[in-house]
Amino acid sequence: MTSLVALLVLLPAGPPQAQDVTPATPLTLVSPDGRRPVPTTIVSGRELIALTDIASLFRVLVREDALAGGVTLSYRGRTIVASADRPMVSVDGRVVTLPSPVVRSGGRWLVPIEFLSSALAPIYDQRIEWRRTSRLLLLGDVRFPRVSATVEAPGPPTRATITITPATSVTVTAEPGRLLVRIDADALDLAVPPAGAGLIDRLVAGDQPNVLSVGLTPGAGTPRATVTTANNSTRIQVEVPPESRVPGPESRVSGSEPRVPTPESRLPSPDSRAWHTIAIDPGHGGNDVGVRSAGGAEEKALTLDVARRLRTLVETRLGLRVVLTRNDDRAPSLDERAAVANNGKANLLLSLHVNGSSAPSQAGAEVYLLQPDREVEAVARPASAEAVALPVLGGGVRRLDLIPWDLAQARHLDDSARLADVLVEELQRLQVPMGKRPLRRAPMRLLAAANMPAALIEMAYLTNPAQHDGLTNDEFKTRVAQGIFSAIVRFRAWSEEHAP
Amino acid sequence: MSMRGWWLLFCGGLSVLAFIAWTIARTDRSATSESTDSSVATATAAAGETAHIAATVFFGSPDGQALIPVRRDVPLAGNIVEQGRQILTAQLSEAAPPPYLGLIPAGTTLRAFYLTERGDAFVDLSPEVVSSHPGGSLGELLTVYALVHAVTANLPAAKRVQILVDGKEVDTIAGHVDLRRPLTPDASLVRQSGSK
Repeated sequence: MTSLVALLVLLPAGPPQAQDVTPATPLTLVSPDGRRPVPTTIVSGRELIALTDIASLFRVLVREDALAGGVTLSYRGRTIVASADRPMVSVDGRVVTLPSPVVRSGGRWLVPIEFLSSALAPIYDQRIEWRRTSRLLLLGDVRFPRVSATVEAPGPPTRATITITPATSVTVTAEPGRLLVRIDADALDLAVPPAGAGLIDRLVAGDQPNVLSVGLTPGAGTPRATVTTANNSTRIQVEVPPESRVPGPESRVSGSEPRVPTPESRLPSPDSRAWHTIAIDPGHGGNDVGVRSAGGAEEKALTLDVARRLRTLVETRLGLRVVLTRNDDRAPSLDERAAVANNGKANLLLSLHVNGSSAPSQAGAEVYLLQPDREVEAVARPASAEAVALPVLGGGVRRLDLIPWDLAQARHLDDSARLADVLVEELQRLQVPMGKRPLRRAPMRLLAAANMPAALIEMAYLTNPAQHDGLTNDEFKTRVAQGIFSAIVRFRAWSEEHAP
Repeated sequence: MSMRGWWLLFCGGLSVLAFIAWTIARTDRSATSESTDSSVATATAAAGETAHIAATVFFGSPDGQALIPVRRDVPLAGNIVEQGRQILTAQLSEAAPPPYLGLIPAGTTLRAFYLTERGDAFVDLSPEVVSSHPGGSLGELLTVYALVHAVTANLPAAKRVQILVDGKEVDTIAGHVDLRRPLTPDASLVRQSGSK
């Protein structure tokens, strides 16, 4: 990526003005590469960040236009134009307001910190999320859920609720003197009260970045945890009874009820065979609108709409992590989309599309899977991949199979065929109109690079008048999302049952 | 009958026999010529006209589900590469006869055509094939394979076809079908006219 992005900073770097103040708590950028502080300054009560720092952090090109009194940021052909002393910028031709003006101070251009999420994020090809309370700037596909906690009743029994947003898989385990909540994330955005109450001594970060530790007082018994998922949040209700009269760490609060880990808490852990992530690809985006109807409806908007509905279903009802290859109106390349799924180690990739035809009568959903060519078939044969042995820490070697990126789907052709069958069956069951040949094989570019079972779904024909009306109708889009969701549930069960 | 009479009778008979022999010889020569013409893919030409061959080009079936082969006269070329150019020009420019559907985006032209000794053909198209394509997986699939089949159905030396756009390799035409490698024909996409 570095080679594709020009980094050129033409701005003079000068010292901040004397009245500038550095915030007490520094801003932290969190990305898959790690954490790093981001220098900011407070001018007239507003926190500002220098464009020079934005240029180096985000690899954008910054050019000052001294004559016009403005500055231009460019990233992969998209631009932001800002002018001094104006609380707004032009983002790819669209005006975006800022909470305070852009400032030219001490030889530097400074913008409000909100510039990153409201102006830069729309043209950037990775997620940029600004969390004001925790002073975190999230960049890219980092799993960094917010974790809050409240002690609702000191008791005994002491009751507390831990809320994780977005919904995330968790594993809860009891250890002597504490309860450990292990969250399927890269790190945690903790907003918990340091002091506990009743039989809970304290809630603090655990010894690993994705663990919350609930410390118990000496008189606490064995705690019980119940995990539920709703409204895109995972809630863990913890109940800590007083110490039982029957001693022993294995004693149960209730003889017939299982203690922690609860059934819900046996959700996927990173090393388990169980499913943890689903990748959904809303087709097209940005300047690539896909199929456009005579009435102006565009494929790129419809695919994103259904993808979001499907994500909500999967997150809230299955508790699985969902990664979208795009979550706004941008056009990542097909390799970048495949990379989101592959790097996210998704168990499944579904690419959503809407079809078009010059025959207005043509209608119905179609499911595509990869038609392998000779090269793909060669890789699909057992023991055909190149392998290397790498030494591992502590001795021994680890065998790695090397599969060309373009041929990643080769090992998943059978599973993808099963997935496609299930998709057709479930869409039919949900009475989604299907095409004359609802299942097709073709050399689909995105699917070839997917290192997991994958299929492409053409949900309907936007060029068919009746289907056009359906696609612009909430009921139809929800039905399609429900059909795909049902297929995911069936395929997941089949996949876990047939896992080697 | 006098000697002169016998002589006249002999000359008349000889003339009749010569005429019959000439007629038979002319008929044979005509038949040989037609047979030769039909052996070069039905090439035809009257005196002073360009010779043509009947080539197969592909349009969309009325239901938009498949490719339909249709015979078209194209100029007979001096070599196989030039013949490929003529066939592709017909594929790109011919309007679809009703009730069939056109599959090539309007304005698309052929920039170049190459054929390697290994049987890989390269079809270099103008950018309109991308910019004017209406989109959709099946539509893109039929556009791509209309070109693949137009080459391989008419030129036995061509085994695989790679599509280039504006002289460069491309990922896809409309975001779906992989064009990074040469494609082989897909018979499952072809339906004979009249069949369902």
